[in-house]
Amino acid sequence: MLIRKPADIAPSEITPPEVWRRRRDLLKGTLALAGLAALPGAGAALSADDGGETPTAIEHITQYNNFYEFGAGKRDPSIHAQALVTRPWSIRIDGECEAPREIGIEDILARYPQEERLYRLRCVEAWAMVIPWQGFPLASLLKDVRPTSRARYVAFETLHDPEQMPGQRRGVLDWPYREGLRIDEAMHPLTLLATGLYGETLPNQNGAPLRLVVPWKYGFKSIKSIVRISLVENQPVTAWNARQPGEYGFYANVNPAVDHPRWSQKTHRMIGEGLLAKPRETLPFNGYGEAVAPLYAGMDLRRFF
Amino acid sequence: MSRPGDDWPIRVLQVTLFGLCLLPALDLLRGVLSANLGANPVEHLLHATGDWALWLLLATLAMTPARRLTGWGGWVRQRRLLGLFAFFYASLHLMVYLGLDRALVWSTILADVWRRPYITVGLAAFVLLVPLALTSSRGWMRRLGRHWKRLHRVIYLVAILAVLHYLWLVKADRLVPLIHAGILALLLFARLPGLQRGSPLRRKRTQARSCPQKL
Ligand code: HEM
Repeated sequence: MLIRKPADIAPSEITPPEVWRRRRDLLKGTLALAGLAALPGAGAALSADDGGETPTAIEHITQYNNFYEFGAGKRDPSIHAQALVTRPWSIRIDGECEAPREIGIEDILARYPQEERLYRLRCVEAWAMVIPWQGFPLASLLKDVRPTSRARYVAFETLHDPEQMPGQRRGVLDWPYREGLRIDEAMHPLTLLATGLYGETLPNQNGAPLRLVVPWKYGFKSIKSIVRISLVENQPVTAWNARQPGEYGFYANVNPAVDHPRWSQKTHRMIGEGLLAKPRETLPFNGYGEAVAPLYAGMDLRRFF
Repeated sequence: MSRPGDDWPIRVLQVTLFGLCLLPALDLLRGVLSANLGANPVEHLLHATGDWALWLLLATLAMTPARRLTGWGGWVRQRRLLGLFAFFYASLHLMVYLGLDRALVWSTILADVWRRPYITVGLAAFVLLVPLALTSSRGWMRRLGRHWKRLHRVIYLVAILAVLHYLWLVKADRLVPLIHAGILALLLFARLPGLQRGSPLRRKRTQARSCPQKL
């Protein structure tokens, strides 16, 4: 299981020292993963699954992106997202909650201590990366708006602005990009709202200024450049599921037993490993099963894929 | 048979095209040797070889319309070279898929062929290209006589299957494969017999018929 706390990561493993120093300042005073360490499995041997733990090189993380708002090619976002204006930026939190609000990104950064999480990201296209994020649990934000008992799901929306997001000028998806989680998934301590990676502010192409990271689900669930988070009663419409329900489920938990019509999900390629590296075995829930499988107890995950 | 004096522009074009067709492969080889193929090198090789195979198929099919437009018979003399290079890139494409993408894990390869229509169609396109490549020599052309021409019409089917392969493999944004489909449709349309009649190029076409490599 790969959920490393700051203390576990030797600085030299990831980042050049100068970046690390900046990051350490950033992390100073954060009570990082106190809650997380208590999770079953979180403290278990990190190498148990040999699932790849070396952080992916930053140039790959920032130049190989799926962010259709900036084009369908993997290089497109790194080129076209540079013009995205992420300050000021505000996020509306509304729906079934007692304290809805509109909150600016600067307030979010000030209010919620940023922690470092090293997570695997498994794309539905059968490749994966290991990314050192900074962020904070989505649960912290949700608790602050006090969800009512009717809040059974959380719906997310990306910015809709074809001026800034050229990909939205064509109807490849039904814009704005939307995603959703069940409330227990959203409140899970592994579910992160990320604001940075590799010790730096989140690059635009990675979903600046605020994105979701749900490490046990395929990457498309981890919606980028969020402007709205709504607590809702019914399962929300989500972008890829609406586009092709047979290919992209609402749950989209990483599951080697359920193939995507275009790709086998049994193995994946680790980005940066080179031409001759053998594909790696994909694990249920991307290797985070110990922590999250109980959320789905009794559910038929082939049906709810 | 054309006289030797008529031949040199054709030869020059052949040599030029040969060099140009080799460039993408050399570029990929350089990328492989310098480990400089980006974040996902297997995908890069797969996509680049697939793209070139398709573009060269379309280029092969463009030669007859080019002759019609220009009246110069030298275009159709480039078809064999372009077609063989299309086959070359399609073979590399298949090898990258089998050896690198699937790492020769036959269970997943068979599952792909069986369950993923875009793979089935791609494989059909490749399998149909094999007899065309094998019988592309003058010897085979002579041996097969008029059947050769019938056999080599299969290239239309290969191109249609290849475009279908492309259309079915993209996730959401069909624009680029649709552009290829459009180009193919144009190239096929340009061959419709009705379009020939009354064409100012007709006289030259008849003249070009005397060239030995006709399709
Ligand atoms: C004449 C034969 C073929 C042609 C012209 C062709 C062409 C193409 C093209 C144009 C692409 C897309 C490249 C891009 O996105 O830039 C592609 C992708 C691909 N082709 Fe082919 N192909 C052929 C045969 C095959 C065969 C025989 C197989 C496997 C059995 C195959 C497997 C694939 C795969 C796996 C991809 C990548 C799919 C993805 O990225 O999701 N192709 N091919």
